[in-house]
Amino acid sequence: MRWLYLAPIAIFAVVAGYLAVGLTRNPGTLPSALLDKPVPEFALPPLVPEKTGLASADLKGAPVLVNVWASWCVPCRAEHPILIRLAREVPIFGFNYKDKPEDAKRFLAELGDPYAKIGTDPSGRVGIDWGVYGVPETFVVDAEGRIRHRHVGPLTDRAVAETIRPLLKSLTR
Amino acid sequence: MKRLLLALLLAVAAMPATAIRPDEILADPALETRARALGKELRCLVCQNQSIDDSEADLARDLRKLVRERLVAGDSDPEIRRFLVARYGDFVRLDPPLRLATAVLWFGPAVLLALGFAGIVVFLRRRPETTAPDLDPADRARLERVLAEDDKR
Repeated sequence: MRWLYLAPIAIFAVVAGYLAVGLTRNPGTLPSALLDKPVPEFALPPLVPEKTGLASADLKGAPVLVNVWASWCVPCRAEHPILIRLAREVPIFGFNYKDKPEDAKRFLAELGDPYAKIGTDPSGRVGIDWGVYGVPETFVVDAEGRIRHRHVGPLTDRAVAETIRPLLKSLTR
Repeated sequence: MKRLLLALLLAVAAMPATAIRPDEILADPALETRARALGKELRCLVCQNQSIDDSEADLARDLRKLVRERLVAGDSDPEIRRFLVARYGDFVRLDPPLRLATAVLWFGPAVLLALGFAGIVVFLRRRPETTAPDLDPADRARLERVLAEDDKR
């Protein structure tokens, strides 16, 4: 029964292992329930007359990013320069969430418009279909219209370099 | 003054602790009761440790409205739960369903309790019986002498 003395050490190791994994995870970042599933059926009206709105059919054909943003969202301002740069590599579709059209237009006039299409969701109902719970969120959608990745919170250079860009590269191949 | 404070305290305690606004409440009390029951078991994704009934967050209000709309449209409770789980995952439920991934959550405490009891049983079984060692003859003789003297007194 000598081994019994090792039991506390073994228990400690298990608990420490649990905590080492559990405490370093960010509970604010949830995996999308729609991962690897087709985007929900939706059609959002356009924000500006020069650009069409956004509908599920627009998300088929080539990998794209869908960026959920709002003018009232402070971190959206932080990630905006990154979107402007990314727009040269991949089409970015704007999903204007629970916003006032005037405010959204002013936001884009001030910071630049990286979006190929912009749909507005004033009630947030389509946002719920997408499982949106906090803006900004950025979805990577593949050529078949399936959601392959969701980034919650403002995009960072690191997230783009380590996750988004490699994923897009593998999707275009 | 004390009475006033007490009255105030009771008034505050009597207020229902929910974020539901009067204009959200359904006219049909039966549906509203179901909405409250559902609202208590659905997680507000923004605040995470509050139910949608408790949370002031915008999304929580949207979800409360959505639950009520679907109830009015005639959806059953499981249908509404499925609707939200399809969009937000099991995380939206404060009462997690039993799955392989949540098995530790469900059975972990019972397993730990059983291990604890097993530990106690092993410990008690293995504990050597404590009997006082025999006195050596010299000490025994001395003890008897002392006791005999004590009796004489």
